[in-house]
Amino acid sequence: MARVSRKNGNKKKLKGRCNVPLVGLGDQQLLYEEEEEEDSIDGGEEDINSSEEDEVEHERKRQKLLEGISTLGGKRKRAQGERSEAAVHMSEFSVNTDGGPGKVKMSDLIGIFEKNPAVPAKSRRQLKNLRRVKKSIDSPLSKEETEKIQRDMAFQKAASEVSRWDSIITQNQRAKQLLFPLSQEPAGPRPVERLVTGWNVQTPLEQEIFALLSANKQPFTDPILTPAEEASVRAMSLEEAKIRRAELQKARALQSYYEAKARRDRKIKSKKYHKVQTKAKRKEFLKHFEQMVKTDPAAALQELNKMELARMQERMSLKHQNSSKWAKSKAIMAKYDEEARKAMQQQLEMNRQLTQKLVTPLNDDYEQDEGDAGETDLLPDFVNDAVDGRDASNPWMKGKLTEEPTQKQLNDTMTEAAQVVSTVAAEEEELEAEETEEEALLREFDSNRKLHLAQESDIAGDVFLEEMTDDRAAAEDSEVSDCLSEFTIISRGREKSFKDTEVFNCADFTDGSAQLEERLVRIRTVEDLELLHHDPSAEPRHPPTAKDPPSEEKHMGKSKKKKKGIELKEVLTKETNVIKVPLSPTATDSDDPESKLDQRELIKEAFAGDDVISSFLKDKRRHEDEGKPKVIDLTLPGWGEWGGMGLKPPKRKRKRFRVKSAPPPPRKDQHLPSVIISEKRNTSLSLHQVHSLPFPFEDHGQFESCIRSPLGRTWNTERTVKNVTKPRVVTQLGAIISPMAEEELLKNKRAVAREGS
Amino acid sequence: MKVKVLSRNPDDYVRETKHDIQRVPRNYDPSLHPFEVSREYTRALNATKLERVFAKPFLASLDGHRDGVNCLAKHTRSLSTLLSGSCDGEVKVWDLTKHECVRTLQAHGGFVRGMVVRYCGNSFFTIGDDKTIKQWKMEAPGYGEEEEPLNTILGKTVFTGLDHHQKKGVFATCGQQVDIWDEQRSTPIRSFTWGVDSFSSVRFNPVETELLGSCASDRSIVLYDMRESTPLKKVIMTMRTNTLCWNPMEAYCFTCANEDYNLYTYDMRHLEKPIKVHMDHVSAVLDVDYSPTGQEFVSASFDKTIRIFSKDDGHSREVYHTKRMQHVICIKWSADNKYILSGSDEMNIRLWKANAAEKLGVLAPREREAVNYSQKLKEKFQHHPQIRRIARHRHLPKNIYHQKNELRIMKEARRR
Repeated sequence: MARVSRKNGNKKKLKGRCNVPLVGLGDQQLLYEEEEEEDSIDGGEEDINSSEEDEVEHERKRQKLLEGISTLGGKRKRAQGERSEAAVHMSEFSVNTDGGPGKVKMSDLIGIFEKNPAVPAKSRRQLKNLRRVKKSIDSPLSKEETEKIQRDMAFQKAASEVSRWDSIITQNQRAKQLLFPLSQEPAGPRPVERLVTGWNVQTPLEQEIFALLSANKQPFTDPILTPAEEASVRAMSLEEAKIRRAELQKARALQSYYEAKARRDRKIKSKKYHKVQTKAKRKEFLKHFEQMVKTDPAAALQELNKMELARMQERMSLKHQNSSKWAKSKAIMAKYDEEARKAMQQQLEMNRQLTQKLVTPLNDDYEQDEGDAGETDLLPDFVNDAVDGRDASNPWMKGKLTEEPTQKQLNDTMTEAAQVVSTVAAEEEELEAEETEEEALLREFDSNRKLHLAQESDIAGDVFLEEMTDDRAAAEDSEVSDCLSEFTIISRGREKSFKDTEVFNCADFTDGSAQLEERLVRIRTVEDLELLHHDPSAEPRHPPTAKDPPSEEKHMGKSKKKKKGIELKEVLTKETNVIKVPLSPTATDSDDPESKLDQRELIKEAFAGDDVISSFLKDKRRHEDEGKPKVIDLTLPGWGEWGGMGLKPPKRKRKRFRVKSAPPPPRKDQHLPSVIISEKRNTSLSLHQVHSLPFPFEDHGQFESCIRSPLGRTWNTERTVKNVTKPRVVTQLGAIISPMAEEELLKNKRAVAREGS
Repeated sequence: MKVKVLSRNPDDYVRETKHDIQRVPRNYDPSLHPFEVSREYTRALNATKLERVFAKPFLASLDGHRDGVNCLAKHTRSLSTLLSGSCDGEVKVWDLTKHECVRTLQAHGGFVRGMVVRYCGNSFFTIGDDKTIKQWKMEAPGYGEEEEPLNTILGKTVFTGLDHHQKKGVFATCGQQVDIWDEQRSTPIRSFTWGVDSFSSVRFNPVETELLGSCASDRSIVLYDMRESTPLKKVIMTMRTNTLCWNPMEAYCFTCANEDYNLYTYDMRHLEKPIKVHMDHVSAVLDVDYSPTGQEFVSASFDKTIRIFSKDDGHSREVYHTKRMQHVICIKWSADNKYILSGSDEMNIRLWKANAAEKLGVLAPREREAVNYSQKLKEKFQHHPQIRRIARHRHLPKNIYHQKNELRIMKEARRR
């Protein structure tokens, strides 16, 4: 009770204190409210006070009653008397806290200490100092509170510790593909060193041994690698090492292949083979040389010097001069034996080649021009195979055929016509004994060429117009000056294959030129045969054969009797038809529109029965009719007059009850004769359509582009398909996927570091 | 008339051996393929239909228990081994490939409350209603030997949950308090209490291996750190949580199965609010287990269904049920991410596929490519109404269906 009253008192005091500043502020309204509140509180207090008094009375009465009862027992209980004065002996039980002012506080005691004048000044000062200097220690927190704080601390720690997984988790969430198990260890028995790592040193002996090992920096956890080795391993990562090893392996394998090939080559006894080989090498070298002239002139100069030296040596020697014993014997035979003659010719050719001065880069340009023009008509060896039964029209198939049919064909064609001409050269040879063959040939070529040029200018109007551009002709004119060197080149690469092609050409002209031409073009692009490159000759440039001197034709009759091989000359004579070869592509071009026309007609013919246009018009009319509003007839027969069979409602009525609706807005395709625009919504389609933008997309364009890009291999390359259809989660069959381990964290850190650097 | 014939290099179309695939040359010019979207749409539609046709998730039922299956345990080292404990104290070891029980032992009197295989896979622990923790060898006893536990610890109170540390010889039990035990000692090395409650389950975090979570009967989830002397944090929910499971790939995420039909995924750092609430069950969720890839989890419910949820999805992607399956008490996702194992009241353990339409076994490369492609197609066209309708169609038993509708209506009403 007392406590309650004290509280009220305090409140009162507070209120009183509150009022003062408020008044000072002059805020009447507030003050008023405050007072009112106080009043109400005061009223309550009074109530409490009255009830308090009542209770005190009750208490007194009760006390009296108790006393009375106790006296009844006779023996009087010792009263726990109130303390009224100081006494030596004081019972601890007699202390009564009821009436007192509450707990005694430290401040109360000290206050007394200060008030009491008996206390010496010194101790007073000490007390003051103490109070000033030292603060009192807080009382310890309750158990619950300490635990709470501990928990908070522990949680903060755990949370921060767990947060280190953040980066790897977000990374995994973003990853396009996740591979499980995370650490893919190779199956099978584990290496010893890994087993050893888990093993601890126990006995003193072991300890000693390990101490020794560690002192000498010997490995004991990983018995294979010393620290130095480990460092070296670390220096080169596994992938690098693998790549390096693979490279080395490849190099070694290549070397061994090369060696084996060289060995095989060396064993080959065929002289011809080696001849071809060396020739090819020379070709290759020349090609390189040309490049070298452009890229590295200094080196090229050196090479040039070397070649010059070789040439000089060749010129000095009598080799290939047909002065050896063998050559002499052949010379005797040459008159009768074609082979011998050929051999001699070859020898001379060789000599000429070797002693020939190098063509300087200045000449090259012309040569190339020449080559471009000339190449078109050159046919590779395998073209001869076209007659084979498999697929004559497919040039790809020809490369695969065997040699035999070509030979046969060659023979056949020879018998027919080609060979007839071939012997001319031989005849000439006989006639002009003093001259070397080369000279003769050259002269022949020269004359032919001039002739040809003259003719060309004549004929250009009708036949060659499309193909032979003026500048090309001009180029050829300029070439005339250089023709000697060119012809040497031409004659250099005289080979059987070339003859074959010529023969083939002749044979094929009977079929038709178009096919042939096409083939030529195709083969050019593939460049199957190296032999083709050997003679970038200008053979096709020599159409004049058509107008060959009649003297030669006369010779033909004679030559028939003799059996002879094919000579340059004869080839030239044969070329009457071949001339047209380069013209052909342009000719086909000009044909094209015609063919297109043909095609159109063909299609027309094929679909003659279909009248698409009229059916379309019909369709359109139907659509228009459907769109037109219908007249609704609402007349009721028999309404208002007689009705029955055969009786019609009167005209007036019919007119009146016929409802016409307003005409619809004009159709959008009104002025578009070839278009039907239907504005009806097709509900069967809407069943399959997406009506609202799905969640992850932000706008329609995004979604549409996503849908529009196809995934399948019908529309994408294999690699794209693989990339696009990568599954998000890939697991290994039959592998246990263990939870993420600390190593992942390290791996991730390393990866991040690598990316950073 | 001139006839032009197409001619091609045979190398481009002739295969080298008859075992090679025929090469099909393609022109990828998009102007030549005006109908690519519609063609792919048809393919997607067909793939979706086929997926539904082939969706046959139920593989096998393992029967042999003579009482309801109360707990399951995966073997940590062998995919084909499964352990199950029943309500009559019996523990069975199963060979999953042969679908047969290889060993049976009477582990406890009364329920087997919890079971866990040691990380090495050589032994396993069981707890039961007889207040004991028993450690057993994984191998069956030899001929003539008696089936005896390696170790038996007699506790003061009943244990209700058990889990083993990922790498150390330490395990945790829960009952009236959460105890951490060293395998070598017969008294717990640490006990955690926070108020007087009984705990229903305790789980170690598989990634941050020193952390634990437990569910108490005062509707709270409490987190612990094994190294600390006090628990870390507590979150009190509206209804009791039955079990919780940590995500094996995300150290701080766990999902708890609640009595209020929902599952809650929490980030342990921010327990004020769950990351995701997974709804779909129509009765209390009794057990939950994460897939080892951490992308999905499976839950078992009192409503006799199993549901598979994606960890970021509020609704399930799959529901499994059979006519005979009763309340599903315990569930596990196999360690190779391919199967789901459920133990239910009617004494059976069931083996399910994790992906209902997946073809089991080794796939040929082309087969796999085809599967990947159709999967991507389904994903691409998933928003199209027809495809969505087919892909999402599932059959539900009548009562669950009605209950679900009822719940939906209730939810809508509450929202209003």
